[in-house]
Amino acid sequence: MENSDHRTEVVLLACGSFNPITHMHLRLFELARDCLNETGKYKVVKGIISPVGDAYKKKGLISASHRVTMARLATESSDWVEVGDWESSQKEWQETIKVLRYHQQKLSHSYATNNVDKVAPLSKPGRKRKREAGGHLPVRQNQPNSETKGTPQLKLLCGTDILESFAVPNLWKPEDILEIVTNYGMVCITRTGNEAQKFIYESDILWSHKENVHLVEEWISNDISATKIRRALRRRQSVRYLVPDSVLTYIEKHKLYTAESEDQNTGVILAPLQRYAKEASKH
Amino acid sequence: MKHLTPLTLLACGSFNPITNMHMRLFELARDHFHQAGKYQVTEGIISPVNDKYGKQGLASAKHRLEMARLALETSEWIRVDPWESEQEQWSETVKVLRHHYKELLKSHCIRRLPGKNNWPIEKAAGASLASSLTVFPELKLLCGADVLKTFQIPNLWNEEHIQEIVTKFGLVCVSRAGSDPSQYISESELLCRYQHNIHLVKEWIPNEISATNIRCALRKGQSVKYLIPDSVISYIKEYNIYMEESERKNEGNLLQPLKQNSAMINLLNE
Repeated sequence: MENSDHRTEVVLLACGSFNPITHMHLRLFELARDCLNETGKYKVVKGIISPVGDAYKKKGLISASHRVTMARLATESSDWVEVGDWESSQKEWQETIKVLRYHQQKLSHSYATNNVDKVAPLSKPGRKRKREAGGHLPVRQNQPNSETKGTPQLKLLCGTDILESFAVPNLWKPEDILEIVTNYGMVCITRTGNEAQKFIYESDILWSHKENVHLVEEWISNDISATKIRRALRRRQSVRYLVPDSVLTYIEKHKLYTAESEDQNTGVILAPLQRYAKEASKH
Repeated sequence: MKHLTPLTLLACGSFNPITNMHMRLFELARDHFHQAGKYQVTEGIISPVNDKYGKQGLASAKHRLEMARLALETSEWIRVDPWESEQEQWSETVKVLRHHYKELLKSHCIRRLPGKNNWPIEKAAGASLASSLTVFPELKLLCGADVLKTFQIPNLWNEEHIQEIVTKFGLVCVSRAGSDPSQYISESELLCRYQHNIHLVKEWIPNEISATNIRCALRKGQSVKYLIPDSVISYIKEYNIYMEESERKNEGNLLQPLKQNSAMINLLNE
């Protein structure tokens, strides 16, 4: 494509436990990039893996330093996916929207700096800027939106489980979901399109912004859940070829997943549920 | 201490190209046997099929072997073996098993006894040998559960060969999560009779990385990273192995076993 400049640059952000990172997580990025690039409208330039902080309090969640290191090892062989440790280095659990805001801001900063340095050629005046589907978006002051020429767009990359979790009471704030789909956009990898479409249909917010929710169908079923990986490790079963060799070596070296580590946070309520339930009961 | 029988697992197939799924089959099978506590899995062998097999889109054995070798570089117990691919003709799976069992006996320094009864399972069961202190190594055919299904395809397998495989060697079938391969066993009288030699291994993570899908993605320029090893991806790129053109190889061709077996049947009918 000679006029590739017309494509919107996209950065994909995946949030999650990555406890531990598996080939499935890495596949999500590959699938999403292929799919968005094939539309001819987007050009995926970067992927960011953002492991959740320890304050999330999920059962069996081992320390962020290990999870971040494993993610770094796993992405060593990738020339476009990297690990962001901002989220995991915060004291408090961070809502996904805050992670998105942070990374979008960081992106526009680095873009602005790059632009000054490189003196990027201005695009032709009068060139129609791509309007993001959805039109009049509630644009925030601190939100460098898609109209800011050239700044890559940040999109949340996830599996269908996230779409499904939007319906769990007190897990997400509706205004956060709205901000995610209006100001950023989502890329969801689905096993069968039907299921994801059902979740979109059943949510009014998602339905009204469905053009910002990109569904990517998986052509090879991939269900390497980290929960199953941990279970196999506890039972001393092989997880070879399901997680990168470097991650496996690290797990063995530090004896990471044991019966004890799985009991971590047992009976503790997830940070988002704690926070929002409190807020809900105040009203 | 219990005597563990040394066990070698042999996987036959196209390996066009080898994927992480192929390696997973070995890992799953080994875990299965080690948990059961009767066998010590000592070796895994991958035997890519001969070019004469005549399957559509089959890349040359030279490439398929090299890709398998690269993929197995990090494994300390699985290796690729060229014997099957080096033969002049396509070889029936049972012949590949016979060959490797011979090699296995040689490497275990066991003198072959005169007579016909040189097969591991019969030996183990044979009363005359009960006094023997030697533990005979065994060789089993490792496959996906879909192979059980192919046993039912007319002319693809020779009935006697199936019998030899399940009586003299044994089958290890890794089944996909959610599927039930025991139905294929119950549908076949032969398999039913020898089901003690058919080991079913359940997969705990669905794994459907088919080589066909991999080739399809490669032709479209889609990423297959994390589905096959990086070293294999580089090799495929370097030699441009999978293209539209390579996929048309052997198009419309009858598979060698179908040719041979149906020819034989025609002969018999005449």
